[in-house]
Amino acid sequence: MTLDDSSRAHSLSAHGVTLGYGDRTVVEGLDLAVPAGEITVIVGANACGKSTLLRSLARLLTPSEGRIVLDGKELHERPTKEVARVLGLLPQSPIAPEGIVVGDLVARGRSPHQRMLTRWSREDDAAVAEALDLTDTASLADRSVDELSGGQRQRVWIAMALAQRTDILLLDEPTTFLDIAHQVEVLDLLTDLNRTRATTIVMVLHDLNLAARYADRLVAMCRGRMLADGAPQDVLTAELVEEVFGMRSQVTPDPVSGKPMVLPIGRHHARVPAATA
Amino acid sequence: MSATLAPPSDTSPSGTSAHRRTSAARRSAWLAVSLVVLGLIGVASITFGAREIAWSDVVSALSGNDETLAEAAVAKRIPRTFLAMLVGAALGVVGAVMQGLTRNPLADPGLLGITPGASLAVVVGMAFFGLGSPMGFTWVAIGGAAVAAVFVYVVGSIGRGGATPLKLTLAGAAVSAAFTSLISAVLLPRIDVMDSFRFWQIGGVGGATAERTLQVLPFLVVGALLSAASTTGLNALALGDDLAAGLGERVVRTRVVAALGSVTLCGAATALAGPIAFVGLVVPHACRLLAGLDHRWLLPSCAVVGAGLLTLADVLGRVVARPDEIDVGILTALIGAPVFIAIVRRQKARAL
Repeated sequence: MTLDDSSRAHSLSAHGVTLGYGDRTVVEGLDLAVPAGEITVIVGANACGKSTLLRSLARLLTPSEGRIVLDGKELHERPTKEVARVLGLLPQSPIAPEGIVVGDLVARGRSPHQRMLTRWSREDDAAVAEALDLTDTASLADRSVDELSGGQRQRVWIAMALAQRTDILLLDEPTTFLDIAHQVEVLDLLTDLNRTRATTIVMVLHDLNLAARYADRLVAMCRGRMLADGAPQDVLTAELVEEVFGMRSQVTPDPVSGKPMVLPIGRHHARVPAATA
Repeated sequence: MSATLAPPSDTSPSGTSAHRRTSAARRSAWLAVSLVVLGLIGVASITFGAREIAWSDVVSALSGNDETLAEAAVAKRIPRTFLAMLVGAALGVVGAVMQGLTRNPLADPGLLGITPGASLAVVVGMAFFGLGSPMGFTWVAIGGAAVAAVFVYVVGSIGRGGATPLKLTLAGAAVSAAFTSLISAVLLPRIDVMDSFRFWQIGGVGGATAERTLQVLPFLVVGALLSAASTTGLNALALGDDLAAGLGERVVRTRVVAALGSVTLCGAATALAGPIAFVGLVVPHACRLLAGLDHRWLLPSCAVVGAGLLTLADVLGRVVARPDEIDVGILTALIGAPVFIAIVRRQKARAL
């Protein structure tokens, strides 16, 4: 009984997990059920434990207490290669081997589907071609990754994650180092993926407004605890922003999408004096 | 699902599979070419030497005769050629595995403390335990290489994040430096030991006997199998530990298997021929240009090219200084250094 059946929605959840490195505890007693087929975005101040939580959902970090459960079974007890066919990960700073061409890098995403001695199959070819197509990188297939711009490179990494063909995709700050146009492009691409094939997406984002725009579900973390968990329009309030980031702000519906938009107040530019805002 | 799932009829999908096919064809072609070149070098190694020998003698010696002086010389060159090929192949593979393992293009057995570990063990054996027989060197050198590898690994694992590539490299460099000074400290007051050690240290395949080679062969086979088993793991490690783990690779297990394989190969090669520099460093870089970055292709290619380079160095060493011989360890450095500089410059040019 394999997990590859793509018609089935997979469930991923954390139950009372405590996470840390060595003696240092970063996340304590956290519960999270990842909604299948939705986009979940985790936000929070620096060092609040959001990347740590994502790493544990991707089985890179074993909780010292509590459990991470994938489809009813504890994540760390499953064969890791079997998990890799269900759950894909794009870490914050992946490394491209020097001189590798785009096509070969994307093809590395197929490795969980291959055994030691099986040959490259038609299905592998189709998955790579589709991943290149969806990310609009097919024309780059023969180019060396070293030569690409930051935006192209990020699309190539996403193509690699797509070639893995997993129903759940975890991404750690996929928009870092990209300009605003490329950030929107990457997030639109992930939304396409979510809409057309119901891929469950969990990502960490820095930009609150983009998070509110693209999330079906927003998870806000502060000092290793979850402060809010729900649809952005329900949970994103000025009080939450103040609690999470220690920053005063105004939250208003954004004129483009109607999703909440966070406007920081700061000390210098408010038309209404900050004290009364 | 999108329309792209249809059979690859339009240009882009067939373009990528064409790309994959050509590169597989190219790799096979390069591997075949290097095998042919290796064969030619092997013939040269049997034919040329300090003594000039006619073709007819080579042929008759290969069919089992060793009556004339010429035929006897050829018969002696066969195990020597065999040994040079084995050692060269082992060192080429070791270099590729270590560079993959540490994600460091400068990694080689010398830099990671493995060869100095083997040397130190041999020196200590010679100075304090009366080690003298070539058979003894084998076990002591392999033991020394293993102890050095474990030591480097433990030192490199201290602190946060475990054995990261950078910490392993730093630990290796530090341990190498320490072992090298310890070797000097043991040798300096002992002139007799120094002489016999110097002969071993320069690195040579001249003293080859079939018996000694066969004794070490099992180690080479085990090392080669372990290295072969880690090829797909090394491909994943090249993408960073996190991504490798995300792709379902067991990162720690891959590191341990690959390290065991390369230490066994390196210890066995060093035991047979002394510490030989540069083969492990240069060969993988040259092979990446020919065979690409996939370790499943890179490792066989490194074995063939490494065997060729070391055998060629041995032949040249016999020919250039007739009737004397220059040890292979000296010539690999002489050939290796310019090649390495050329490769580094070429890569820089591409990066710019």
